[in-house]
Amino acid sequence: MTALPLDHESLRGLLGAWALDACPPGEAAQLQRHLAGCRSCADEAARLRDAAGWLSTDEPLDPEPALRNQVISRALAGRAPRVPVPDYAAPYVAESARLDALLRDLGELDWLEEAELPWYGGAEHWRPAEVLCHLAAVDGLLAAALGLPDALATLPGPAGPGGIDLMERTRRLIDASRNRSPDAVRAFWRQQSRALVRTASLAQAAADDGAAGGAGRAGEVLVDYGGFRIPVRDAFVDRAFECWIHAEDIAEAVGYPYGPPRGAHLRQLLDLASRMLPTAMAGLRAAGLAALTSWQDESYRYGDPRGPRVIKLIIEGRGESEWLIPLTAGETPLPPDTEPVATVAVDGVEFCFLCAAHRDPDRLPCGITGDRAAAHDLLHAARLLSRP
Amino acid sequence: MRMATPAPIRWDRQIQRRLAGGEESALGELYDQFAPLVHGLANRVLGDPRAAEQITREVFTHVWEHPEEFDPAQGSMRSWIGTLTHRRAVDRLRREQGPEGGGPDRGESPAEPSSVEEQALAEATAARVRHVVTSLPRALRETLVLTYFGGRTYQQAARELGISPDTAKHRMRLGLQLLATALATEAAP
Repeated sequence: MTALPLDHESLRGLLGAWALDACPPGEAAQLQRHLAGCRSCADEAARLRDAAGWLSTDEPLDPEPALRNQVISRALAGRAPRVPVPDYAAPYVAESARLDALLRDLGELDWLEEAELPWYGGAEHWRPAEVLCHLAAVDGLLAAALGLPDALATLPGPAGPGGIDLMERTRRLIDASRNRSPDAVRAFWRQQSRALVRTASLAQAAADDGAAGGAGRAGEVLVDYGGFRIPVRDAFVDRAFECWIHAEDIAEAVGYPYGPPRGAHLRQLLDLASRMLPTAMAGLRAAGLAALTSWQDESYRYGDPRGPRVIKLIIEGRGESEWLIPLTAGETPLPPDTEPVATVAVDGVEFCFLCAAHRDPDRLPCGITGDRAAAHDLLHAARLLSRP
Repeated sequence: MRMATPAPIRWDRQIQRRLAGGEESALGELYDQFAPLVHGLANRVLGDPRAAEQITREVFTHVWEHPEEFDPAQGSMRSWIGTLTHRRAVDRLRREQGPEGGGPDRGESPAEPSSVEEQALAEATAARVRHVVTSLPRALRETLVLTYFGGRTYQQAARELGISPDTAKHRMRLGLQLLATALATEAAP
């Protein structure tokens, strides 16, 4: 292709083709040089280029969720982030992005469907926007711990320290959002979820940069859920867990397919569950629902010289891993060679659904060896980890 | 509880600053906002989801490594990313086809802006653009669509449409001018 020198008018005539990337290289290069010195052509070029960008505005079709991680890993390999997203926030980032992509695809009628949100004490029935209010109301506690404003602080109703009640917060936000469009509620939830990730990343980076002893502290700040407190690093995992499960609830209500989290993230969810299970088993016993009769043997105590008694939880499939769950809270850390009284082998995604009370512990397919009563208690205690 | 929705231009500058500052979370937000556009456009030009994923990796890597190249005076972040994507997709198509290659199979996966911040505006604009594009004179519309999504040069498009190269160039410029005018009208308060 010969590129004869072109005059102003000829170059001007090329602007449309240039904006569509439709010029042969020689002409494109000439035009590019011309644009650097000709204000009126440059203005039109920018205008037409912008217009061309709007040609692709058909129905959305989201890329595979797995692509997100590939794209970001590849980019970060070329230029290391100065402010990385902490590992503990990674599942929350992925799950809130997946939920947002699902919401983007909801039609007007989908927003009117009612989702069922089971937990161990019953089930809530909420429309997708109300589910988002619930997620945002609890996310707000993490926001407060990170020093962000609590959106509920400006809403009428009881508030303040000592009075934190997750359901009360949820109802208050649902009431306040009744006249909001689904898109506005979605934007509110999304904005807060992004602010959480950004703020936690900056806080972690500042702590890592700071004086010795500062590292890691950002994740240790306690989040007050009302009934209990957990560190920021666990709260992010908890919020990812709930985001995934309620996204499943919404997807189920509108009949859309929805997949589980990545294996690495599922392991983080399972890690949190495994650390909460000893307390849940204590709750099961306190409620008189435990099967393990030896628990009536009061002689076993924390730090018993006969050694801790543990159940080995073997996670199969996605999130493949093994966990030693002490039967008594407070036994950690455990030597890895501790002999378990029972082993329970179960699919990772199914076990997470059990922890969300979305499965029946007596009908969950799993392989049990050893003390069946101990295994029973583990599976039944897992349900107690659920909340509305 | 009213959300302060930043104007796209302000959001564009903020995200650019955060990218320059090395905030991984900004890259994630950028991906969530524009991945459907990037992947959808590349897939429509190339008709190959794998190749579109490759383009998606390249485009976001480029933006992450060179956020300073974005010039808000030249257009929106969306427009910049769309340009990076289209150029890469077309280059790849032309490399694969050689200079006289035929048309690609059209993928059925288009694109849509997806941000929270830009959403309302983007959706209104998209609807408006669809309307404007469909009401363009047929000759202009088919020239724009064949060229942009088919990755043709204006000479190739002219041959396929049985028109002169000058007519093809004229149609491209006129079609985009009509589109730009409609967009400017839409953006006016």
